Order: sequence, then C-alpha cells, then structure tokens
Amino acid sequence: MSELRVLVLAGGISHERDVSLKSGRRVADALTDAGVTTEIREPDGELVGHLMATRPDVVWSTLHGAVGEDGSLQDLLQLAGVGFVGSDSAGARLAWDKPVAKVLVAKQGIQTAESIALPKSSFRELNAESVLAMVGTELGFPVIVKPTKSGSAQGCAKVSEPKSFAKAMVDAFAYSDQVMIERFVSGTELAVSVIDLGLGPVALPAVEIVPDSGEFGYNERYTPGQTNYYVPARLDEAVLTEAARIAVAAHNSLGLTQLSRIDLIVDDAGEIWFLEANVTPGMTETSLFPQAIVASGASLPETYLALVKLAQKV
Amino acid sequence: MTKTRAGGVTNFDAWKHAYAARAENLAVSEVRALFSVVSRPEVVSLAGGMPDVAALDPALVEKAFASLMANRRDLALQYGGGQGDFRLREQIQEIMALEGIHSSVEDITVTTGSQHALELISDLFLDQGDVVLVEAPSYVGAVGIFRHKEAHIEHVFTDEHGISPQALAESADQLIAAGKRIKLLYLVPNFANPSGVTLTAERRLEVLEICKQRGILIVEDNPYGQLYFGEKPPNAIRSLDEQNVVYLGSFSKILSPGLRVGYVLAPPAIRDKLVLANESAILSPASFAQMLVSEYLSIADWQKQIETYRDLYRTKRDAALQAVEQFLPRVHTTRPDGGFFLWLTLPEGLNSKEMLPLAVTELVAYTPGTAFFGDGRGADNIRICFSHPTADNVRVGIERLSRVLNQQIELLDTFGKTD
Repeated sequence: MSELRVLVLAGGISHERDVSLKSGRRVADALTDAGVTTEIREPDGELVGHLMATRPDVVWSTLHGAVGEDGSLQDLLQLAGVGFVGSDSAGARLAWDKPVAKVLVAKQGIQTAESIALPKSSFRELNAESVLAMVGTELGFPVIVKPTKSGSAQGCAKVSEPKSFAKAMVDAFAYSDQVMIERFVSGTELAVSVIDLGLGPVALPAVEIVPDSGEFGYNERYTPGQTNYYVPARLDEAVLTEAARIAVAAHNSLGLTQLSRIDLIVDDAGEIWFLEANVTPGMTETSLFPQAIVASGASLPETYLALVKLAQKV
Repeated sequence: MTKTRAGGVTNFDAWKHAYAARAENLAVSEVRALFSVVSRPEVVSLAGGMPDVAALDPALVEKAFASLMANRRDLALQYGGGQGDFRLREQIQEIMALEGIHSSVEDITVTTGSQHALELISDLFLDQGDVVLVEAPSYVGAVGIFRHKEAHIEHVFTDEHGISPQALAESADQLIAAGKRIKLLYLVPNFANPSGVTLTAERRLEVLEICKQRGILIVEDNPYGQLYFGEKPPNAIRSLDEQNVVYLGSFSKILSPGLRVGYVLAPPAIRDKLVLANESAILSPASFAQMLVSEYLSIADWQKQIETYRDLYRTKRDAALQAVEQFLPRVHTTRPDGGFFLWLTLPEGLNSKEMLPLAVTELVAYTPGTAFFGDGRGADNIRICFSHPTADNVRVGIERLSRVLNQQIELLDTFGKTD
C-alpha cells in the first residue's frame, strides 16, 4: 500500500443513502485496487473529530442528497483544509439547485426546456389548481415534475394529463420543498461525464440510456438488466461532438471541477437540451460515470487514483 | 433522430435472458431503498418487526454456548439430519404443548426460521395460479413467498376478532365456483403480523370446519403466541385437528432471530415430503444453531425469559397506544393484547407510501400498509412495530410520525386528492 490515505464518505441520512453506500464501496474498491489505503465512513457526529485527528490525504464523498451535494460538506472540508475530490462548495451549490443551474447554463447559450419552479408556499397562496392549470396550458403536456433538490429520479414523474398533476406534485414535494415543472423533451437520453485530470475538463464518451420501461426511474437505474446503455451513443458523430462541447460548457458555467455528469436530451430534430448537472455522480455498478471511464479506454482504479492525487493538498 | 452508429451495449445483466419467469418480480425498489436509513441511530425505526434482544440475558446464551462446546461440540460442528436435532424436536413438543398441541416428535421438522418452513410448504403445494387465502392484511414475508410462487393471493375480510368465517366461506365458494384451485389458507391467528388482532376461539373452530369441508390446508403461523400481555390466547387451531393443519413455530421472537431456528409440525405424509425438500434445499438445518437453542432450553429458565419479554412489550405497547392517542387523534389503531404491532388506519386521502420520503426527512421509519397486501390495497394503513425501540423512542417516533401526517395533510389540502 502507498502512503496515500483516502477517506471515502458514504451513506448519510438521505433518500439516496442506499445508492451512496453502493457508490462508496465501489470507489473504495477501485482505490484499493490502485494501492491506496482507504477507509469508508458514514457522516456522523464523530466525523469532524475523526477528520481532524486522522487528517486523511484526501476525502472522496459519495454522499448523495443535500448533505453531500448542496455545498455544505465541501465548505466544511475547505475550512478544515482537507483536500477532496470533486467540485468546491460554490459549484456544488449552483448545480444542486436545478433551476439555478438551468439559468446559468442557459446564459451560455445552451438550450434548457422551459420550466417553472415553485415552493409549496406559492402553490398554497396562489391556489394550486389554477397555477397547475395555467402551467399545463403554457408548457403543454407532457411535463416532467421533479424535486428541485434531489437525485436518482426520486420523486420525478412524467405527467401526460391534468388529472395526474396532483399526485405527481404531492410525490415530488415529499422529497423537496420546491418542485420544478419542466416541458418534456422527447428524444435520446444522454449522460455525458466530464473529467479533468489536470489538463482541463474533457467529455468522456456519451452514454445513451434506453430503459425497458421507457422511463429512467429509480428501478431502471439500479436494477441490472432493466436498462440498455449504449456507449458510445448511437448518434451522428456531429451530434456527439456537440453534446460533448455542451457538457463541458455546462460544467464550466457552473464552476465545477474535477468531475461531473451532465444529463442531456437530444430531440428528434437533433437539438440538444440540458437537463441537469451532477457534482456527485453515482459510482455504483450500474452507474453512468464509471461506464464512461471504461468506455474511454481508461481503468477505474487508475482514473480514480489520478483524481485523488490531483485533489491532494500539497 | 437517426441512430447511425453501432455502439457497445450493456444492461449489466448478461443472464437476463436466462432467468426463470418467476424471477421477474425480484427487483430493487425505491421504497426498499428508503429503508436503508433505519440503520442510522438518529432514525427511530417503527418499521422492522424485530424483537428486543437486548432484553435477553446474555449470560444465559453464554452459558448455553459453553455447555454446547463442552458437551456436544463435535455434533454441533457436523452436518445433521434433514429433519433436525432429535433433542430439540422433543423440546419443541413441550413448547407446542403450551398452545394445547399434542404432537409426535416424528412429525416435527426443524427449519431455518419459520420463513423457511413457509417456503418449503409453498414449494410443495403451489403451482402457478393456485389460490392462497390470507387475512386482510397478511404477513409481508408470506405475501412475498406466495407472489414468488406465482400464486393468486386472495385476501379475506378480517376484523378485530381475526379473519371472518363468513367472508372466508363466501370467498372460497366464489373462487371454487370460478374454477380456481384453492390450496392453502395462511393465518397468523395470534397477535397477527401486521394487524395485531387475535382470532377468537369460536372462529378457530369455524375456520377449521370451513377449510375441512372444502379441502383447504390451513397453514397456521404462530410466532407471537407466547407473547401475550393479558389473557393467554385460545389454543392453536392445530390443537383441534391433526390432519388439516400445518403448524409453524419459531424461536425468533422468544429467543433470537439471529439463530434462524424455526419448525413445522405437519401430518406424516406432508412431513415426509418436507424432510426431503429440506434436505434438497439445505441438506440439514444448522446443527450449531439448533443445538445452541436446545442447550438454552435445557439450562435456562426460558419461560421466565418469556415473562420478561411480555412485561417489556406490554410497556412498549402501552407507550405506543398512548402516543397514538395523543399525537394521532384522527388515526384509528388496533389494540393488540400481545405481539409486536399496531395497525393504523389513516384519515381518508392520506397515502402511507407517498409519505415515506417525508418520514425519512423527519427521522422516523414505518412500514406502509401496501406491503401487507398482494392486491395493491393498504395505502391508508401503516404498521407500527413497537417491540424494538425503547418505550421513549416509540413515543418520539410516533410524535415524528404526526409531523409527517401533518405535512401530507397540508399537501393534500393544497393539491387535492391524489387518487
């Protein structure tokens, strides 16, 4: 084993705890294969004390949900002077809030589907029925309803008719205090992972997602066999080149560093639409980021080791 | 958009084409993933039906372990017979006698928990499409097995006195008239999981008669029978009939679920097949665990330990009922006289499955009622398990649950009904 010691954070109290635990173990396995001394730990009341006492060379957080992705953990690590893999707190905050991310990305000329994001209080005050009626009329059906601060498609639903709106809203608000309603873009779903190994951010091969059920929900993401992934995606070279450019531009526009996953849709006319950016992409056995690394011809242990070395404070 | 390039494709399951059809419904679920948080100490879990093993005197288990290693070590570390350890089966006879059951040691088969016994029974009897009659609601583990066997699960109306004989007869007759093959009636007659209700003595007789007349085998699952808080429940249905009832018992609730020792008492013809099926599946139940249980039963005052559990769970049941009364005044609850569970019925419109993410945020976990039905019902029900958390935490958990309900009510007030 090398001298390099990495603390992998996984679990936590979030709706995505299970995914996070799986991601953490996969990252730790790959780093161990690369000869790194790794420790997996839950974020709990003893974490800060442990961090200060052991001073790991690098922290790699695979915490999904608010505590890992909203920038607060990154703030803490920055304050503690501990190197960590991934974006800093500013980038994490911008990407975590989906409506904010859409605004910033759109300013770079990247297309995002028309949407509206409202907190619970607005629906209460403005009469939810009339708000939803207006939104349905203006955006047109189908729409995608999603919590603005959540992952793994939890609480997301495609709504094709007005009568399904209420249930989708209640489901989404169970995950977040704010919900976004976005015009549905039909097309090819792509995940473009972006990685920066010291020479600037580059897009890895795009992964095309084709779920058996037609919707890439929680089960389709984490049950092997329920989704076909095509790497590289079965699209024109020009479209893929443009998707890669857009992914890197989105990554940069949010100030992200080291790694991210940018989710896109290529519509039937070949237009590319930004959906969201993920600063802590899933690293499970079925996740998109590791797939892209392997498809690029690199090995997971070597790539993860390179990320860790770059994150190390010197 | 035209697909112009052939890329590599994977679905992360190279054997997808090869699975048996019944494996189709074995998939991860979002609800199951949410339960991952129950292992965090901050979360009060009212979800899993776990006994409070901390109330088991560890000295008793240590003594049993030492005795086993001193006296039967070579046997305990060796393969055993497919029917299970003879001495343990004799002791099981004594335990079943507490339920009024007269049995032969020859008709007892030891299994890896009573869940395994239910799996073996289901494997012996259920072909695709066969009907299993169950209570409404029924034990989630049984629903899972029956579903996996591709059986048709038919819930029968159940009230505070247990399964309704009238509804049972009507349901059975309708199914028979429709040409369906009813194979089993599965029941948890004492302090049922999840409802907490107990089948009355009168109804036991009626249920038995109805099933006998129609050639339906009763599977009587009795893990909680000794955990009564007041009067002892009526004798087991198996005490009334030796030929038409298969009886399942377990050490999971009166000793430890970690040992995974259960048993099944069946008529000789079924017993023969059970032993062969047991051998086929696992060669033999774990000798070490069986003999540890046997040593424990030999050297410990296990009945006194059960009394300790009764006192403990009574206190927790009382705490749960008081908390429901105080924090959930609009919620109906069953009032069990034993066992581990309250069965809550929510005000109209609330959906226990939809509320789960809110519960995770509020640091409380429960089991939504839908888990206990094979037909999609149960959205307005919650199972509360009071046996594992401390009485104080039971109260804290139910208070948190009230906040979850309030948030859900606020959402429904805002958006209207969701069904």
